[in-house]
Amino acid sequence: MRDRTALLLGGILVVLLAAGPFLPQWAIFIVTIAFARGLVALGLMLLLRAGLVSFGQALYYCLGAYAAGALGRFLGVSDVLVEMLAGGALAAAFAFVLGFLLARYRGIFFGLLSLALSMILYGLLVKNEALGSTDGFNILASTLFGLRPAAQWVRYEVMACAAVVSLLAAFLVHRYLATPLGRLAPAIKDNEIRVEYMGASARYAVHVKYVIAAALAGIGGALAATTVGHIDPEMAYWTTSGEFIFIAILAGTGNVVAPFAGALLYGAIHTTAFDLSPNTWQMSLGLALLLLIVFLPEGIWSAVTKLGRRHARHP
Amino acid sequence: MPVILNARSLYKSFGAVVAASEVNAAIEQDSVVGLIGTNGAGKTTFINMITGYLKPDRGAIEFEGRDITRLPPRAITRMGICRSFQIPQLYSSLTVHENMMVGLGVVLRNAGLGGYFSRGAPAVPGYGVPAEEAAARILERFGLSAYRDRNAQVLPGGVRKLLDIALAMVAKPRILLLDEPTSGVSSEEKFGIMDMVLGAVRAEGATVLFVEHDMEVVSRFAQRVLAFYDGRIIADAAPEVALADPEVKRCVVGRRA
Repeated sequence: MRDRTALLLGGILVVLLAAGPFLPQWAIFIVTIAFARGLVALGLMLLLRAGLVSFGQALYYCLGAYAAGALGRFLGVSDVLVEMLAGGALAAAFAFVLGFLLARYRGIFFGLLSLALSMILYGLLVKNEALGSTDGFNILASTLFGLRPAAQWVRYEVMACAAVVSLLAAFLVHRYLATPLGRLAPAIKDNEIRVEYMGASARYAVHVKYVIAAALAGIGGALAATTVGHIDPEMAYWTTSGEFIFIAILAGTGNVVAPFAGALLYGAIHTTAFDLSPNTWQMSLGLALLLLIVFLPEGIWSAVTKLGRRHARHP
Repeated sequence: MPVILNARSLYKSFGAVVAASEVNAAIEQDSVVGLIGTNGAGKTTFINMITGYLKPDRGAIEFEGRDITRLPPRAITRMGICRSFQIPQLYSSLTVHENMMVGLGVVLRNAGLGGYFSRGAPAVPGYGVPAEEAAARILERFGLSAYRDRNAQVLPGGVRKLLDIALAMVAKPRILLLDEPTSGVSSEEKFGIMDMVLGAVRAEGATVLFVEHDMEVVSRFAQRVLAFYDGRIIADAAPEVALADPEVKRCVVGRRA
């Protein structure tokens, strides 16, 4: 059987790389940020499939961003790929340690504990003057393999790196979902007792998913940092985590492409709503979520699946 | 036949309720043992202690000479003691086929196969074929092929029971513990389920302990009966002997001796 998801990911990459030079700067920015948020949502999707809602993915998003920022501020490194790698690695290392605690909890306890941890980071960053306190600090302009592209190409270069890394991550997650460990997610959500009585450790499986989700959020954070050019403690604030949950619910858990589509749609709704009414944009966002939950409770990807099924019946 | 499972002087209480008191039972390999008793007599507590869900306050359980008393359920399962449940414990959002694939995936993982970097579809230990094919075989054996793509949540009661037992047998257990395999199933279906399960067990070679309230089922399928009453084993004999025992008649079967 052909792997349609792999083809789809490859197709998106080719289209973006080819179309990128012709896109306006603002569009490139929106797409790049969608990749950054989509990576976080992709990690959330892994957890959601196991029935876990993390209200604290901003912890790892912020850690990734600060890892990228610190690289430039203290070591003078501004390579996009190195920043993303460092962001992912730092987030994964933290998640590995915290995972021993979090993998023991389910439901609301898991959610609130993850929220609490992200707020601890927020509190620490706000009080830390070396890292710019509430103002944060600016990030060096991005380079790639030691080269600094011409000003008009910087955004394209970052987007290209974002696309390659994100779609590769999506492909790896897609493959992970088909492994025995990946398949355990819905089983854990449905019936953890049975999982244990089949000889598997649900706690281990959750721990692994938690670390993968954190690494993805860390990469996303580093990417957002280098794209926006500025980081501050708000990146760890609980409303940021809320945005990611919004995107993950918007997207649905049906396919690894969905989180990126969700993030792009979120960016579009956000930008449009902000443009139309800068003071009440949250209302438009809330309305969008309300409509989605009513009409597509399993996320926008369920629309794609339904269309696919209809097409299969009436080709 | 050698003893495969040995429970020695098990004692377990929940507050003032004693659920197991001086429970001794040596189970021989490849035997089919029926556990009978009224509700609260200690049958399920016995099963829960063997599978590690409950730890006895005193006493020990040995499996093939190894002490398993304090091991967690998944370690005991990995050693080859698997169970089904009185209320089927399924992955209800998944299809019957996907339920099997989860189970076979665990078997693969526990054998160190099917990891992230493994190529293709490795053969499942004990089956010699990839998981997809092994799943089809199990479904065939339990008469579940027709339900392959049905969601576990919407299956009829008897089918749910069979799927629950099939899940318990995926790992090819040495000992299979069935907690009321025919409860909630119509009387016509009862014998069918037991025939199917014991047929599969005989083909694989496993020891079976089953909790049962229907004495017809017990006398037809069990080679040996353990009768529980008030946390104790009051009779341990062949079914025709145990079911004729006056105390068993009075305390378990509910007839005057």
